[in-house]
Amino acid sequence: MADPASEGPLKRTPLHAFHIARGARMVPFAGYDMPVQYPAGILKEHLHTRAAAGLFDVSHMGQVRLHGPGAAAALERLVPSDVQALAPGRQRYSLFLSDTGGILDDLMVANMGDHLFLVVNASCKEADVAHLRAGLPKGIAVEYLGDDRGLLALQGPAAAAVLARFVPEAAAMPFMAVAAADIRGVPVQISRSGYTGEDGYEISVEGRFADEIALILQGEPEVEPIGLGARDSLRLEAGLCLYGHDIDTTTTPIEAGLAWTIQKRRREARDFPGAATILDQLANGPARRRVGLRPEGRQPAREGTAVLDAAGAAAGTVTSGGFGPTVNGPVAMGYVRADLAATGTEVSLEVRGKGLPAKVAAMPFAPHRYHRG
Amino acid sequence: MIRYTKDHEWVRIDGDLAVCGITDHAQGQLGDVVFVEVPEPGRKVEQGKDAAVVESVKAASEVYAPIAGTVAEGNAAIVDDPSLVNRDAAGEGWFFKLRDFDRAQFDALMDEAAYRAYVAETA
Repeated sequence: MADPASEGPLKRTPLHAFHIARGARMVPFAGYDMPVQYPAGILKEHLHTRAAAGLFDVSHMGQVRLHGPGAAAALERLVPSDVQALAPGRQRYSLFLSDTGGILDDLMVANMGDHLFLVVNASCKEADVAHLRAGLPKGIAVEYLGDDRGLLALQGPAAAAVLARFVPEAAAMPFMAVAAADIRGVPVQISRSGYTGEDGYEISVEGRFADEIALILQGEPEVEPIGLGARDSLRLEAGLCLYGHDIDTTTTPIEAGLAWTIQKRRREARDFPGAATILDQLANGPARRRVGLRPEGRQPAREGTAVLDAAGAAAGTVTSGGFGPTVNGPVAMGYVRADLAATGTEVSLEVRGKGLPAKVAAMPFAPHRYHRG
Repeated sequence: MIRYTKDHEWVRIDGDLAVCGITDHAQGQLGDVVFVEVPEPGRKVEQGKDAAVVESVKAASEVYAPIAGTVAEGNAAIVDDPSLVNRDAAGEGWFFKLRDFDRAQFDALMDEAAYRAYVAETA
C-alpha cells in the first residue's frame, strides 16, 4: 500500500477540522489533505449515499466567476457548449478543449444572471484560471475564488427533503438549476447537481461559513459524511468521467461519448477549439470509444488494465475500474476500438497475466436518479 | 506460535502446517475486501514473493508468502465471502496453509510485541 508521494505541505479545505473530528482517514489529493473515508468505510458510505444522503467536501475544486458584458460569448472561445443559450439560473456540463480537440478539463458553467459561475477540477484549477485569463478578451474579469470558498455536495434520495428543511425552494429546483439562497442566515449558492448519479445539490459557501453549513446538514438524521473513496465508486457506477483518468488532453469529446456537450449551434458554427477534428469524428466516427465494461465474476479490473479482443489482440485500456457496491460486482470503463464498442461485445481484460472475460456494457451501471422536475 | 512480517502478514504454526494471513492492521488499512485470490495446493511459494491477491473497494494488493513452503490449502471461505478477511483477519480470514515450510525463516520473523512496536512506529 504505497502512499502517493506528496510534495510540499498539503493545503486544507475549510472543512479540514470537520473531517478530523469525524475520524476521517486523510490522504493527499490534488495537493489537499482530503478525507478518503470515515470510520464507516467506503462500502457503507457508498450504500448510504444511494439509500439516504451523503455529505461530501469538494472544496478542493476550483470556483471561478466570470464578469463582464458578453461573458457567455467569450467563454465559447474555449468550450464547445452553447453557453449563450444558458438561461439565468441554469447550469450545464462543458469541456475546455485544446486546439487539437483534446480535453483540458471538464467543468460546470452556470448563468448567475450578472455573471457566469464555473466549477473546475482541483488538479486543473490553476491551469484553467490561466487558460481563462489568456483566452478571454480584456473586458471579461476572471475572479478565482480560491481556498477561502467552500463547496459541499449533498447527494442521495433524501437530499431534497433534508435541504428543504432549510431552503424550502430547493425542493422545486429541477436538475441543473442554480439559485442563491440562505441556510439559517448564511448566504449560499445552490445547484441541483452532483457527481454520484443521485438527486442532490452542490452548495457553494464562503469558507468561513463552510463548517457551520456542514454541521447543520450533518445534524440531520439522514446525513452521513462521505469520503473521496465512495465519491469515486459512486461516480464510476454512474458512468461519469474522472478527469485525468477517463478524459484528458489525448481524448476528444467524441471518443469520450461527450458529443452531447456540443450543442447544435456550435456544431453548425464550427467555431470551438479543435472543431475540425471533433466534427470529423462526429461525422465519420472515432477510432475508439469510451465504453462501460462488466468483468465476469467478482474480480475488479483496475485503471491501466489492457483490453483484448476475441482474437487476443490489443483493443483498448481500462481508465477507471473497481468494485461497484450498488451493482455488487466489478465495474469499469475504458476505451476500446470502435468496432468493439457495441453493448454485449465480449472482450478480455488482462489482469495479472490472466485473461478476465468481460462484456461491453451500457452505462450508467446504477441508474441515474436526477430530479428532472 | 505466531510471527509477523513487515508487509503485515502473519504466520502461525499449526502442527505440520504454517497458516498464513494478513493482519488486522492490514485489513483496516485496505478497507472493505471485495475479492481475494488464493494459491492452488501444490504451488511452491518463496518468502516475500506473491502468493495471493486481496482487493478492497479502493485498491488491489498482493499478499506475499511470509515464509517459503508448498501450498497445502487455500481458504475457500474467503473466496466465497471476502468480507471474512475484514471480520476475522487473524482467524477465519486466513489465506493459505503451507507444508514443508522454512522453519528458520519463521523463527527470524517478528513476534507479536515486535510487530506491535513496528506498527506503532510506522503509523
